Amino acid sequence: MIYFDNSATTKPYPEVLETYLKVSENYFANPSSIHRLGGEVERLIHKARQQVSELIRVKQNEIVFTSGGTEANNLAIKGIALEHQSRGRHLITTETEHASCYSSFQQLEDMGFDVTYLPVDEQGRISADDVKNALTEDTILVSVMHVNNELGTIQPVKEIGQMLKEYPKIFFHVDNVQGIGKVPLQYEQSGIDLCSFSSHKFHGPKGVGFLYVRSGVSLFSLLTGGDHEFRNRAGTENVPGIIAMTKALRMTMENSKDRMSDMLQLKEFLRKRISEMDRVLINTPEEHSAPHILNFSVLGIKPEVLIHALEERDMYVSTKSACSSKSSDVSRILEATGHDYERASSAIRVSLNFENTLSEGKEFLDTLEEVILNLRKVMRE
Amino acid sequence: MIYDHIIVRYGELSLKGKNRHHFENKLKETVKRKLKPFTQVKVKKAFDRMNIELNGQDHEPVIKKLQEIFGIQGLRLAAKCDLELETIRKTALEAMRDAGPSVNTFKVSTKRNYKQYPHDSQEMNHLVGGYILEHTEDITVDVHNPDVEVKVEIKPEAAYISCIDYPGAGGLPIGSSGKVMLMLSGGIDSPVAGYLTMKRGVRLEMVHFHSPPFTSERARQKVEDLTKVLTRYGGNIKMHVVPFTEIQKAIKKQIPDNYSMTVMRRYMLRITEQLAYKNDALAIATGESLGQVASQTLSSMNTINEVTNLPMIRPLITMDKLEIMDISRKIGTYDISIRPYEDCCTVFVPSAPKTKPNRDKANRFESYMEIDELVEQAVENTESIFFKEGTAAKEEEAFEDLF
Repeated sequence: MIYFDNSATTKPYPEVLETYLKVSENYFANPSSIHRLGGEVERLIHKARQQVSELIRVKQNEIVFTSGGTEANNLAIKGIALEHQSRGRHLITTETEHASCYSSFQQLEDMGFDVTYLPVDEQGRISADDVKNALTEDTILVSVMHVNNELGTIQPVKEIGQMLKEYPKIFFHVDNVQGIGKVPLQYEQSGIDLCSFSSHKFHGPKGVGFLYVRSGVSLFSLLTGGDHEFRNRAGTENVPGIIAMTKALRMTMENSKDRMSDMLQLKEFLRKRISEMDRVLINTPEEHSAPHILNFSVLGIKPEVLIHALEERDMYVSTKSACSSKSSDVSRILEATGHDYERASSAIRVSLNFENTLSEGKEFLDTLEEVILNLRKVMRE
Repeated sequence: MIYDHIIVRYGELSLKGKNRHHFENKLKETVKRKLKPFTQVKVKKAFDRMNIELNGQDHEPVIKKLQEIFGIQGLRLAAKCDLELETIRKTALEAMRDAGPSVNTFKVSTKRNYKQYPHDSQEMNHLVGGYILEHTEDITVDVHNPDVEVKVEIKPEAAYISCIDYPGAGGLPIGSSGKVMLMLSGGIDSPVAGYLTMKRGVRLEMVHFHSPPFTSERARQKVEDLTKVLTRYGGNIKMHVVPFTEIQKAIKKQIPDNYSMTVMRRYMLRITEQLAYKNDALAIATGESLGQVASQTLSSMNTINEVTNLPMIRPLITMDKLEIMDISRKIGTYDISIRPYEDCCTVFVPSAPKTKPNRDKANRFESYMEIDELVEQAVENTESIFFKEGTAAKEEEAFEDLF
């Protein structure tokens, strides 16, 4: 099997599953119980929080565990908007955000907030100046993703954050679900107030994630009913998920250090050969894009057909974001970059992990060429 | 980044005359142990300082570790180069550029330990400063208030050039002043008192009073966690957990409510004194701050202190709560201290403790108790745990493989 759909989800590391099982079995008590068993589990979570904060270099009390990236994004965006609406009701984001951000903003629009969706250039990028020009007296939140999940485009979040430092009233949220372990980012130094992460994108279990909330930032809770997570998010902690995620994050950061050059090499190898293919266009920008995502359009072939043809050979890639791939054919993201209908509706995304090898890449390319050739023959007849 | 060295300066240490060697060796041991995780880094002792070769290691985490070590006055990030004038000038220029974008003024200060060097300090200042002026724009010399001071040190073996200084933790190296028992409750104050006592070179042992089931395991865990944080600064630390339930009960039974707190403190002090004798400690440290609570009024201290004649070290005695909290945050104990568990100081507190107790009354009330026996029993049943520098406690080792 060749699995190149790691932006949709990654396979959990075996060590991570081992931890998940052990914690479920041995540390099942409710961390809020005051007896010894509860205390033990509470310490376990405390340790996890400490380790996560060390891995991403923030403070311990700045980590809020959630049920995943979607909840983290929802909590950040709605949490800020609802808590601070008395200061202003204008929000800024981009046209290419993940569905969990995008629809949070749409919900807020229905509630009477004013949202600016910044258009992106043909590489899918905005600039700090674009944000600056959109600011109004009423702006309270800017939300920009770090790495685009479909294109791999890296947004200049550091520049945006530093520009926003001059506007202390405005909160800055970054969706870093695709960037963690792949593209380094400093949170505090980059003026980031909130940042979302999802466990299953870095070989952890599903159903768990976390939000970095800079200390001093207050949120409107979406889930209420207890003092958990510094009163930001009620609900008994997903203990095995949290501990397993912490291990996955550590392993990912280590792999990121050791194997980044292999990943870059593989991506460049894929890019080079794919760009030479007939009527195939690369959509991922050559500069300032993530090392694990390569998006390209195979003109004239419906992407679903290509996916299914590849899956028959036990190779797995995707069309666009898994979270929106069941709705209409055209990628909202590619459309936003200004590509025409044909290109925007024929996109394929290859996304890598640190364990993928060059020989997998080679095998994949050979198969891809063959499949395209065959499909085009059929289409023409 | 052109910086490849960190110069460790001792400060007070170099004044210590005959003991200096002893201090320096203690310090070098600590530095080496602390920097062990950085495999590329090499530690070298020079005459009046230590030179740390980074060998490609990022300097930031190294500086952070070094700032935890008592006995270090200051840290200086430096670039080493040969003694050719041209090289010195070039390195100085680069060091200056590395110092940051917002630099408008500078000065050069040369120290020439190597007196055979052909240019003297004044001359060097001009030679290097002139070169920097020639090769930069919009930067001027300001000898009184420069944004950056380019320090050039000429040693026989090489020149060291630096623009960036970091403060050290100050104080004396741990172990150079003997041993002290710290009464550690788990609140905000006592860990800070521990930190400040260690600053003067003291090796600490912790004494904690545990009263199960009135105080929970979590309260004890809190104290263990605090101790672990303090090992960062003080190396290995032994902790004594004293079973205190029996004494609490006896006090409750025999002492009037408004004197129970005073008497409880007297027992704590007696037990700590015994533990000090047993462990060769010569003094007792506490987190008392004058007037902060009922047990810390002058009358209370006078009455409580009667039971021991060991020296009492009270580093916080004149500090305000806010000052104490600031240090607590800085040394990383604050977040642990504010965990909301009952400790030995909070559970048995009477509703109206006496703020002006006196020795006579305390002695009279206590005369009905079997003091020696109670103390002896508590000391005998005391459990001692050893915390190694920077390592996790036993229980956390079980956690270790989960992460």
